[in-house]
Amino acid sequence: MTSFIAEHFEPVRLHVRKHPEAMGRFGANWTPTVLIVDAEGKEHHRIEGFLPVDDFLAQLKLGYAQHAFKTGDFASAEKRFRDVIDEFPKSDVAAEALYWAGVSKYKGTGDAGALKETATAFQSRYKESAWAKKSSIWAA
Amino acid sequence: MDIQWTDDVDAAMASARQSKKPLLLDFTAAPM
Repeated sequence: MTSFIAEHFEPVRLHVRKHPEAMGRFGANWTPTVLIVDAEGKEHHRIEGFLPVDDFLAQLKLGYAQHAFKTGDFASAEKRFRDVIDEFPKSDVAAEALYWAGVSKYKGTGDAGALKETATAFQSRYKESAWAKKSSIWAA
Repeated sequence: MDIQWTDDVDAAMASARQSKKPLLLDFTAAPM
């Protein structure tokens, strides 16, 4: 956890009593809240509320993948989303990562087959998830 | 590897432009 944060982020810790203006600036209304934002302050991922360490790390890695996706680096995004699935296959975010891995591949390559592959993958994994429902449109 | 936390958002944003890394903003009410 520590090394992942130190290696991949510019880390900022803000106490609500000392920095109430930052709470307003970024729309944080509760603690703990963790945001992943770009250098212009645009939000790419939000984690609200306490999570156990492994769940938090899975969320962080999902957010790191979302950052790549939202900055148009679709190849890196796909790899990072698939890393989340591989490292945290039973986490709450694994299904979401599978969905966005497929979208990243499609946006990076233009190959619509990536979406169909993703829908097919959801038939054997995470098939009760909301993300499986969202991908079902690609199965036809 | 330790995490070098800062509470200067704008300085961190300037660093992010150079490093190409995203910012991680941790809003906390825990004693610091």
